[in-house]
Amino acid sequence: MNVEAVEKISLKTEDKKPLSIREKTKVALLPVVIIITLIQHQFLPDKQIISVQPQYSWLLLIVLFFSIVLIAVGFSNKSVFNWLENKSPFLTFVFVILIVWEIITQKLNLLPMPFFPSPVKIFEAIIKDKGLLAISTLHSLRLLFIGYLIGALVGFITGILLAWYQKFRYWVNPFLRLIGPVPATAWIPVVLVVFPNSFSASTFLIALSTWFSVSIMTWTGVASVSNSYFEVAKTLGANERYLILRVAIPSAFPSIFVGLFMGLGVSFVTLIVAEMLGVKAGLGWYIQWAQGWAEYYKVYAALLIMAVLFSCIIAIFFKIRDRILIYQKGMMKW
Amino acid sequence: MVRSEKGGHISIHNVSRIFEDNAKQKIVTLNQVNLEIEPGEFISLIGPSGCGKSTLLRLITGLDYPTTGSIALDGEEIKGPHYSRGLVFQDPTLFPWKTVWDNVATGLQARGLLKNKKEEVDTFIDLVGLKGFEKVYPHQLSGGMAQRVALARALVNHPKVLLLDEPLGALDAFTRMNLQDEILRIWKERGTTMVFVTHDIDEAVYLSDRVIVMTPRPAKIKEIIKIDLPRPRLRNSVEFFEYRSRILETLHIVPDIPQPEYTI
Repeated sequence: MNVEAVEKISLKTEDKKPLSIREKTKVALLPVVIIITLIQHQFLPDKQIISVQPQYSWLLLIVLFFSIVLIAVGFSNKSVFNWLENKSPFLTFVFVILIVWEIITQKLNLLPMPFFPSPVKIFEAIIKDKGLLAISTLHSLRLLFIGYLIGALVGFITGILLAWYQKFRYWVNPFLRLIGPVPATAWIPVVLVVFPNSFSASTFLIALSTWFSVSIMTWTGVASVSNSYFEVAKTLGANERYLILRVAIPSAFPSIFVGLFMGLGVSFVTLIVAEMLGVKAGLGWYIQWAQGWAEYYKVYAALLIMAVLFSCIIAIFFKIRDRILIYQKGMMKW
Repeated sequence: MVRSEKGGHISIHNVSRIFEDNAKQKIVTLNQVNLEIEPGEFISLIGPSGCGKSTLLRLITGLDYPTTGSIALDGEEIKGPHYSRGLVFQDPTLFPWKTVWDNVATGLQARGLLKNKKEEVDTFIDLVGLKGFEKVYPHQLSGGMAQRVALARALVNHPKVLLLDEPLGALDAFTRMNLQDEILRIWKERGTTMVFVTHDIDEAVYLSDRVIVMTPRPAKIKEIIKIDLPRPRLRNSVEFFEYRSRILETLHIVPDIPQPEYTI
């Protein structure tokens, strides 16, 4: 009997086993804690004034509804149940934090305002400022993508030329070593003067910050390709073009992805700093602007959006990497 | 036996290869080697390690150049790597980012012929007995299977000469014997000239038409031993052992019978 068949059978017997009390309570924790959040929000008296009370309650109700639906599905679908059982303790913990946070801020007013707003207040910023936040997010995304793509592309080409042509290395390497380690944001005063507008200036800065790590890691990757790959390819009739495009580059992919990842991290930094200092749009600008009005709840809202946005970008990055480096499946450890 | 193509004739004429080390000291790796390899012949180069047999092989591939002398394939001097001379290393050196199919297809792809010759790739995967493994990546293959892929990859260009640098050196004894038979079968089917570097005497006797025994550095050809046994050869026949001991004697590695250190 093969392994798969054995697994199937063991899964089936597991299906028939009734759920233990422990499993049931684990899953039931989530709706219970959401209901507690809702009750304290609705019935404990406020000490801070918030204008989006009903919306926040509605949001909690929607989340509660979905959690109950999920649990209902989970009782007939084993994989949904397993997922719930796995995630439920953590999600419960998140709601516990929300409860404590709301109580010590909105309900008891223990933390100094306006620096530490309640979660409801942050939610208020998202509701009330949604238009501006959406536009800021789009501005940031546009700047990030254009800058990052240019930087990654130029860095990739620079890295390959550095690894392949000794002459190029001789002339370009010193500049790379000198300019590369300088944080791109240090150039802001110069760049804002040199470029015609703040958008092109920031694009340049993001590209510059990405360029360095991508070119260094591409160079490293191509330079450390095992010579026997080239030798085998040569005896198979490969010309120089083939050696670069079909041997050196794919062989360097793992290293290139490290560079792209480092570049992505630096480009986030450069993006936000550039927006705070020069560009009149984007999430960085929004934070700066909200801080100017001492509207810290808006700062937190922008930070929250930024966290979600950047994690999504990183997640997409890893998805793409896993696709391209599929041949390393089982060997990759980051 | 129908041979699908003809092997190449290699003539090695007065070839020396001298390396310079860091202290500008000259190291003579090959000294005045002369050898004619007939079309379709199976030749083994054998000798102590570091004796320059791999250097000679590299010179034939064109990845390295002789300091003096010349090597020609079918009368044409070798001036660099060419797909008419296939190479298989001890390490299969499969491209890890390519599937088995893509690895085997490399030669055709590099020459821009892949579009019209896709079925060739399947033929060679079939030839080395890896049908069904086309979509597998190298890290999922065993050592023996990886070496089969390397063979198929080298053969896909229909080389006139196949150069094998200790291709079975890293494999276990059973896989090794199994692949020896595979190599013989492929050689018989295709008629490619084979130049096989090994340090395994049994392997050399089992496979070759002629065994070239080389001296330690600077390497010269010490003796050429023609193996006059019908194939398939019996590894445990008396004649087999005679050839084996003759090579051992040539290499001076038959020890005196050890004397016990104690007296009764």
